[in-house]
Amino acid sequence: MTSTSLPASLANAAPPGAAAASQDFTPRYWLFSLPAVLVIAAVIVFPWLFTLYMSGQDWKIGGGAEFVGLGNFAALAKDQRFIESMGHTAYFTILAVVLPIVFGTAAALVFHREFPFRGLLRTIFVMPMMATPVAVALVWTMMFHPQLGVLNYLLSLVGIGPSAWVYDPNTVIPTLVMVEVWHWTPLVMLIVLGGLAGLPREPYESALIDGANDWHMFRHITLPLVWPFIMVAIVIRTIDALKAFDTIFVITQGGPGTASETLNIFLYLQAFQFYKIGYASAVVVIFFVIIIMLSLLLLYARQKSKWNA
Amino acid sequence: MNRFVKKLGFYASVFVLVSPAVLVFLWMISLSLKNELDNTAFPPVFIPNPPTLKNYVDVFAQNNFGLYLWNSILVTGGAVLLGLLVGVPAGYGIARGKAHKFAILILVARMTPALSYLIPLFLLFQITGLVGTITALVITHLVITIPIIVWIMIGYFENVPMELEDASRIDGATTWQAFRYVALPLAKPGIVVGGILAFIFSWNNFIFSVVLGGKASRTLPSAVYNSLTFEQISWGPLAAAALLVTLPVLLVTVIAQRQIVAGLSAGGLKDG
Repeated sequence: MTSTSLPASLANAAPPGAAAASQDFTPRYWLFSLPAVLVIAAVIVFPWLFTLYMSGQDWKIGGGAEFVGLGNFAALAKDQRFIESMGHTAYFTILAVVLPIVFGTAAALVFHREFPFRGLLRTIFVMPMMATPVAVALVWTMMFHPQLGVLNYLLSLVGIGPSAWVYDPNTVIPTLVMVEVWHWTPLVMLIVLGGLAGLPREPYESALIDGANDWHMFRHITLPLVWPFIMVAIVIRTIDALKAFDTIFVITQGGPGTASETLNIFLYLQAFQFYKIGYASAVVVIFFVIIIMLSLLLLYARQKSKWNA
Repeated sequence: MNRFVKKLGFYASVFVLVSPAVLVFLWMISLSLKNELDNTAFPPVFIPNPPTLKNYVDVFAQNNFGLYLWNSILVTGGAVLLGLLVGVPAGYGIARGKAHKFAILILVARMTPALSYLIPLFLLFQITGLVGTITALVITHLVITIPIIVWIMIGYFENVPMELEDASRIDGATTWQAFRYVALPLAKPGIVVGGILAFIFSWNNFIFSVVLGGKASRTLPSAVYNSLTFEQISWGPLAAAALLVTLPVLLVTVIAQRQIVAGLSAGGLKDG
């Protein structure tokens, strides 16, 4: 499989209109997809529709359901905790997209070059992405310990005072972002590396003749050419950062107080702590709309960036 | 001289890039091999002296680790096998039938937060009495495995040349036979990649087991998380357990690095 196939397949699937135009659904292939259609209908589409239905109900587990129309959404609009969780999500997401994109692109430029032990070092670099988030989060929790944690000790070695890490409302989100960056920078690296592998040689040769330096070549040749790949990475990172759950849940459960309570944590607590099923379903609907809208926006930006590239 | 400085800078950047991963994993290993005294010492003890396997023994002796390991194997194994059984033909059907709308549905499924499936499925399993069973977890993990497998298989089947199947059909093969004996063998690398990625994401999944798993049906990630809250926090056994949970996935990553990289760039990506 060539590395360019990701953007290709995404591009094919991206604009529904364009894809449908070339549609030639041959009935004899229906049967192959039938089992998957049935399973997906049961475990994916049914939950979507049921969630939509429940979002209009005032439904607590143990109590009865009552139709409230858009009442849950109206209540959410006034729910301070919900609004704050949106803010936390935005803060977390912006950092957890921008930083991995910058580091991941830089890492891709490094791993694109030949050097001794490249394969081994790349494997090590990629491992965080595969590691079980819960297991790693437990280790981070120990490392963040204010008195006994290794991170504060390492800081003290370079003359920096101890940080409260996840125990201070001001530092908790940046600290959680650090864990997220640790996990997902490799994914960005792999995607951009795929883009670099397909770059043509010629522009660089003529640029060298023209006396361009490394920065110029990166800025004016490499970056525009791999930009579509970076856009794909941005789309994926945005969706994944919005959905981030495991690390936050294990390390802080949304605390201290509600300082790191993102939309997803808020949703979990409403549904499975307070059992407010209708209310939580309304959150899911909002969540879903945000994700779809952002994805469409980013995919649109990607389509445009292809023209500019 | 200038070249030397440049080279030094390059190796410094390699070092900076790799060290966070190395630091966390080495610290994990270090914690798991030290006794409790060394683990809570400050300044921290970096190299276990002497290293002890007591933490690992404790994990198996005290925490029902064996049971949770078996649960994880059942849930992930079941969800990956069912996912392949259903997802591979679907990938073929979508690729050959050009069912782009269905492909988009799969993509949207991949973008949706896992939690959003959980509320309806939780209610459904409550009604049917399946909450806390391995079956419920296997069914829920299909939400993870099927989209990955289908998405990857679409890419692979699109790259299998149609001519071969056409030729076989001229020779009298049915559509099923063309799939089974021509396209399927050619897409075998895709099945391997899809299976590996589905395995990794299903194994790592935490939230489904937190909500749907009972005391006896929990998978490893949520079992290890629970041991954090129910006991006195002792770092050694916890680090040992964490390492054991993630070890299978890391081993697969090292062994199948090439396939995983290929699969991820083919759009498998991660679940939620």
